[in-house]
Amino acid sequence: MFRTNLVRAAILASAASICVSSANADPVDQELVIDGTLKIVTKTAAPEGHPFDEVLSGWLFRTEETRAMEADSFDNPGMLRVEEGEALWSTVEGTAGKSCASCHGDAAESMKDVGAAYPKWDEASKKPINIELQINKCRTEQMGAEAYEFDKGGQKPLTAYIKNQSLGTPVAIDLKTGEMQKWWEMGKETYYTRTGQLNLSCSNCHEDQMGKNIRADHLSQGQVNGFPTYRLKQADLVSLHNRFRGCIRDTRAEFPKAFSDELMALEVYVTWRGTGLSVETPAVRQ
Amino acid sequence: MNFGLKLAAIAAIVSSTSFANAETVAPDDVKLTDGVIAASLTGEEGDPEEGALIFASKKLGNCLACHANTAMKDQLFHGDVGPPLDGVGSRWEAEEIRAIIVDSKAVFGDQTVMPGFYSLKVGLNPRKDLVGKTILSAEQVEDVVAYLATLKE
Ligand code: HEC
Ligand code: HEC
Ligand code: HEC
Repeated sequence: MFRTNLVRAAILASAASICVSSANADPVDQELVIDGTLKIVTKTAAPEGHPFDEVLSGWLFRTEETRAMEADSFDNPGMLRVEEGEALWSTVEGTAGKSCASCHGDAAESMKDVGAAYPKWDEASKKPINIELQINKCRTEQMGAEAYEFDKGGQKPLTAYIKNQSLGTPVAIDLKTGEMQKWWEMGKETYYTRTGQLNLSCSNCHEDQMGKNIRADHLSQGQVNGFPTYRLKQADLVSLHNRFRGCIRDTRAEFPKAFSDELMALEVYVTWRGTGLSVETPAVRQ
Repeated sequence: MNFGLKLAAIAAIVSSTSFANAETVAPDDVKLTDGVIAASLTGEEGDPEEGALIFASKKLGNCLACHANTAMKDQLFHGDVGPPLDGVGSRWEAEEIRAIIVDSKAVFGDQTVMPGFYSLKVGLNPRKDLVGKTILSAEQVEDVVAYLATLKE
């Protein structure tokens, strides 16, 4: 027992007066109304075949300050990046001498609600396509400009700008076209597969332990309706595939390339898991 | 000794002893039966003081990520994915605690989210530099076992 007491003494001696702090364990019961006018669906009945009865936005799991930041577009630091995206929209680039606006005009009209339906089936590549890849498609095929590399150049702000044109619109993707259903199945398989030395799957954290705290983090359902999100920790926009890769890396696994088939399938499946939640881009997260 | 110095001193001890002991049981040779591993993995008793550091360290045990522990209330965030470990040394024998840490899935079933800390049954695509490696070494497991034994009701 002598050793035991020594350890106790050592621990007590180094113990500061801070109490064990755990964030609240349940998602809050609160409405998100942006700028006092735009109602955001943060909680809704799950689609058929979903493991949960209700789908819940990550917003409900964040702290009061973080939630307040998203509720006011002047306080939302992600809006500055959206404005950058707006400027890029009408910037001429590439050999064709065109900007996005040359063909698509006013994004508020042409891109309204477009982002809420992505990823969708792309007949040309016979794969699902997301906003990032659609931007690259237009840049290379329509503008004679180079594709943006992952997370580089205007990729994040332009994606955020386009998604922001769907702010408040419920996420609804079409699984009936092309082989979307097959990609959904592939994504589901990935979602439930344990990876890495820590041997954890997406579902272990975001389904089995939803609402619990893992160290300082309050586990949400891992929804994608706010992407690109503004992360306070990074003080920047974070893309969806960056988030996916980060979560996989945290299981101490090798992680797939951005826009790889594996992550595109995961995007299809996880987007479906958030069916009915409003697009929140740029959501504010910790 | 301040915390940083203590850590450095302990790191030195850990690295100088990690492969010294010929008695150490390899992960695949561990005998876990009926939720018990009867013998120390190293043939020696662990050091509870080192065990406490391993328990709290994000890079090593990171047990606090999932378990609260009132004895460590100086540490800021304690998770609640698993049960609080207050009094765990009174609830379980050291032989049982050893089995839980080594291969939680053999004790709680495949569905548990607790990683096996001295097991090579890992998930898909482990990071290249970690292939064939366990999360903790046998010595570190014994140190944590010794630490948990100090957490009495
Ligand atoms: C020369 C005309 C042209 C330019 C310039 C152009 N696009 Fe397109 N864009 C198209 C056409 C045609 C389509 C539909 C066919 C396709 O999917 O490629 C399209 C489709 C899209 C879609 C999908 C719309 C939907 O309803 O699903 C998005 C998003 C988009 N473009 C964004 C952009 C962005 C961002 C830029 C600037 C970087 C841009 N486009 C530049 C012609 C253009
Ligand atoms: C070890 C636990 C863990 C695992 C495994 C894990 N995540 Fe996460 N994930 C987190 C934490 C912690 C956060 C930040 C808090 C939160 O929103 O849950 C997070 C956040 C997210 C977010 C952002 C949510 C938002 O509201 O912005 C998405 C999306 C996500 N995870 C998807 C995934 C996917 C897909 C997988 C599997 C490839 C996965 N996660 C695996 C712990 C995990
Ligand atoms: C990813 C989360 C996670 C981590 C990390 C983790 N555990 Fe656990 N632990 C659990 C869960 C969950 C249980 C409950 C068993 C079950 O799954 O039913 C548990 C149970 C236990 C128990 C049994 C407790 C009791 O009173 O019944 C002990 C002892 C334990 N863990 C020790 C540890 C130690 C020591 C570490 C660090 C080396 C650790 N755990 C790391 C999740 C975790």
